[in-house]
Amino acid sequence: MEKSTAKKNKIRLFKPGTSFKIFGVVLAVLSLYWAAINQTQASLNRILSSFPILYRMLVEDFFPPDFSYLPRVVSQLVETFNIALLSTTLAAFLAFPMLFFSSSTVNRNPLSYSGIRLVMTVVRSIPNIIMVVLMVALVGLGPVSGIIALTVYSAAILIKLTSESVETIDKRPIQAIKAMGGNTLQTIAYGVVPQIFPVYLSHILYVLEVNLKASVVLGFVGAGGIGQLIRRQMSLFRYDRLGLIIFVLFLAISTIDYISQTLRSKLV
Amino acid sequence: MSKDKKIRLGKLKTKKQKAITGLVLTSLILLYSFSLWSQDFAVASSQSSPGTILRRLFIVPLTDPSYRSVFAERSLLMLETVAIAYAGGVAASLLALPLAVLAARNSGGRLSYLGKVILNAIRSIPELLFGVFFVAAVGPGAFAGVLAISVNSIGMIGKLYAESIESIDKAPIQAIKASGGNWIQAFWYGVLPQILPQFLSISLFRFEIDVRASTILGLVGAGGIGVPLILSQQQRNWEDVGVILIIVIVFVMVIDKLSGFIRSKLV
Repeated sequence: MEKSTAKKNKIRLFKPGTSFKIFGVVLAVLSLYWAAINQTQASLNRILSSFPILYRMLVEDFFPPDFSYLPRVVSQLVETFNIALLSTTLAAFLAFPMLFFSSSTVNRNPLSYSGIRLVMTVVRSIPNIIMVVLMVALVGLGPVSGIIALTVYSAAILIKLTSESVETIDKRPIQAIKAMGGNTLQTIAYGVVPQIFPVYLSHILYVLEVNLKASVVLGFVGAGGIGQLIRRQMSLFRYDRLGLIIFVLFLAISTIDYISQTLRSKLV
Repeated sequence: MSKDKKIRLGKLKTKKQKAITGLVLTSLILLYSFSLWSQDFAVASSQSSPGTILRRLFIVPLTDPSYRSVFAERSLLMLETVAIAYAGGVAASLLALPLAVLAARNSGGRLSYLGKVILNAIRSIPELLFGVFFVAAVGPGAFAGVLAISVNSIGMIGKLYAESIESIDKAPIQAIKASGGNWIQAFWYGVLPQILPQFLSISLFRFEIDVRASTILGLVGAGGIGVPLILSQQQRNWEDVGVILIIVIVFVMVIDKLSGFIRSKLV
């Protein structure tokens, strides 16, 4: 009798059944992990014990880097940057008009609105390498395919990111312009664009960072840029050159990330 | 007269603003002219027409019954890609914990800056470079992929974990301490219920990204579906490439939907 009242008086800190749920989640996570490491032979132990190998790799194989290879690396790095810059620019122009179709504040037609959103979601969910392979197949070898693939991909990211800001803009200027008899174009130009322009610029810079990282992969499938050097030196086991490429690429990407992040913090 | 009455919708610019605008425009023009001048736009187009290639990519594999077995075979490799992403994601979620605690302002204190710098540096390296590095170090195969994913994901997971640690509500912790709880109890009942669902959600979100990343990692020999993808692409075996593209797209979408559903239940 006493026991049962004590039990009733106990304050529950968690909802009933929580421990079951937690147990279920932990069990699911662990059993999936067990399956995954069986498939990949990558237990946490093996991961931890490979750190000495990595250290030796860094110290003995990558150093000293082959600096005579630098001009070649830089010229391919410029191409990688060009691909990222041009595809970001094209995407920025492409995405801008689409923005207004994909936000419910401007586009009142539910069919075209959800249609565009669906296409964007599908494009974004495809890994960008798939798009690149597709473009190389359809257009041909060379940086142009890389530019097209990244343009499509980054336009989808831009629309997704910015249309969210379009949804949350101040609606009063729009109402004021409409009340004064402004048409849709005037509403967009004077009511929407001034509000989202800084945000849009900041997203463009972010996409440039993303594209720069993504364009490293292009060379592996013949779409230009530094990837083709990585590929060649990897198959030749020239780790001194590989070390140089990785180092230069890391420097370039961090520099551009830093510049872009500084600009972005000024914009928004 | 009528000119005076015109309403200006834009603001009048000061001298300094004009100078900044001029500087930005000049540097943009320079940047683009350099980029357009230095870029080679040559295309080595394929001998077959895009229409033929599209048909070979998407129509033939779906209609020709002889590709059924290829679908099954490649799906197994895609499962390996998912396994790489999962094993790497779990390892990264654990490895990110100490770094996140270090990087969060409320738990890391003065060292939080150091933690943030480490996480930023990891995030600025593309996953492919990690892939190259680990394949060179431990040899080609799924294990290199797992290593690449687990190190690469630490950057983003750690950053998001740290943000979630920074936003902890201190009231429950103070209440537990005020009623006589020790720090273990304060952590167990005050901190964990706040951060655990968020941590799980962050890790799942990163897992979605990792599935895409580990598809790419195959290109450098780090296991999974990327390995046959690059081989078939080089041989212009478009039917096989088509099978792989379809499998990747379907798997990624299903995983995104599933993970999105679980995440909506979590937070």
